[in-house]
Amino acid sequence: MQLALFLIFGVLAVAGAINLLLQRHPINSALSLVVVMMSLAVLYWSLGAEFLAAAQVIVYSGAIMVLFVFVIMLLNAGEEEHTTGSRIAYVAGFPGAAAIFCLLSFVFLSERKAMGGTDLGGYLSHSANNIAEISRLLFRDLLLPFEVTSILILVAILGAVVLARKEQ
Amino acid sequence: MSHLSQFQTFLLLSILKIAVVLVITLTAVAYTVLLERKVLGRMQNRWGPSRTGPFGLLQPLADGIKLFLKEDLLPLAAERPLFIIAPIIALACSLISISVVPFGAVQHVKGVDMFAVADLNIGLLVILGITSIGVYGIALSGWSSNNKFALLGSLRATSQMISYELALGLSLVGVVLRAQSLRLRDIVDSQAAHGALSWNVFGGFQFVAFFIYLMAAYAETNRSPFDLPEAESELVAGYHTEYSSMKFAMFFMAEYANMITVACVATLLFFGGPASPFGHLIPTFGGAIVQAVLPVLWFVAKVLAFLLLYIWVRGTLPRFRYDQLMSFGWKFLLPLAMLNIIVTSLVMALRG
Repeated sequence: MQLALFLIFGVLAVAGAINLLLQRHPINSALSLVVVMMSLAVLYWSLGAEFLAAAQVIVYSGAIMVLFVFVIMLLNAGEEEHTTGSRIAYVAGFPGAAAIFCLLSFVFLSERKAMGGTDLGGYLSHSANNIAEISRLLFRDLLLPFEVTSILILVAILGAVVLARKEQ
Repeated sequence: MSHLSQFQTFLLLSILKIAVVLVITLTAVAYTVLLERKVLGRMQNRWGPSRTGPFGLLQPLADGIKLFLKEDLLPLAAERPLFIIAPIIALACSLISISVVPFGAVQHVKGVDMFAVADLNIGLLVILGITSIGVYGIALSGWSSNNKFALLGSLRATSQMISYELALGLSLVGVVLRAQSLRLRDIVDSQAAHGALSWNVFGGFQFVAFFIYLMAAYAETNRSPFDLPEAESELVAGYHTEYSSMKFAMFFMAEYANMITVACVATLLFFGGPASPFGHLIPTFGGAIVQAVLPVLWFVAKVLAFLLLYIWVRGTLPRFRYDQLMSFGWKFLLPLAMLNIIVTSLVMALRG
């Protein structure tokens, strides 16, 4: 069951990612990204991280990607055109992506023992809740880094407000 | 059924549950439309639909046949695949969220919980997540129609839904804090001790959260007084201006299915779900079947009360202005929801 889920949604995630690159229209690319994020959420869930899965759907596909789509709709962005720059990206991109893929798989395969493994199945059947553990980690053990990250995001919002403000 | 394996029984019973819940939900959607037209008619001193069948009871059927047989128009300049997929997203999302709602007491038949399609340990988050995906249906419909009124309507709807989702999510935190769980059954159980007195809205002192939830839910479902996305005096018909026939019907059904989902969630979180308001005051009567069906009846009665409230509000309140809507959500509901979380957790910490 878990293996079937992993296969279906893994393939869906990869297909969505490839479609994201191949589509010409920005709104289609944004929607493929939504598909990728939702399939990732299902993968997290099948690994027993149900809170992460829900947060992925609510925050990424539900809020951030809606804003992406919103901006594309407002700017009325049309289809992309091919330029010399995009041709260079093709020439450099495919070998580069292949090289990174080979490097990563080499590292993962050779350092298999040091990283440890995880089982694919068996997480969905038990009804234990890991939200209490996550909140204990976030709000007690790792409180300072967590709060510092939120202040970082606040600084980014302030920066956006300053940039968008009209000159008096 | 003894020769079936456990997985096969589970599969068969699940398919049965899904089919029954789907049929009941769709029928309920059709009759909510009729209920709204009838009640609204009475409030405005007229009859409402009364010609088709006894008391107009066959009106939903006639409407359905009419919508099926109408010509399905597709604008030439529309973005074809997205135009077709948008109403499907809207309707699918509004129907999926019903699946995590427990609508009766725990009743196991062959190891399968009969009165809930799926019992998830993050049921509440699943509902929030699916609602947030439903925004795409409306956003894409407006954009792909290639019509400025539709685009304006969908932009309004999208920004309104994103803004009120925050207040909606935060208003539920107090309830989750009290129940210590995101599982809807646990939330219902946490209010089951003393009948109506232990419901979150009364004994749980979550009436502020309930008020915020109600306001945000009206905005989330694009219902009056927050129905600006389809304000007919400004935007023709809003995001579904270009839609006709069954595609329009799908948006219509999605709106009413969302209303029912919101009413179900309000019942579960604040009004004890399928629990009886009298608690143990009434002695148990009847056999096992009566005791199994009674909670479902309580649940349906509460949901119906919420739907009537929806209609009542629509018949009473005028529409908000757009800037009023936004400032109400961000400057009033959101701070109030945060305050509610702080007070609830303080009280719980001091007590515990």
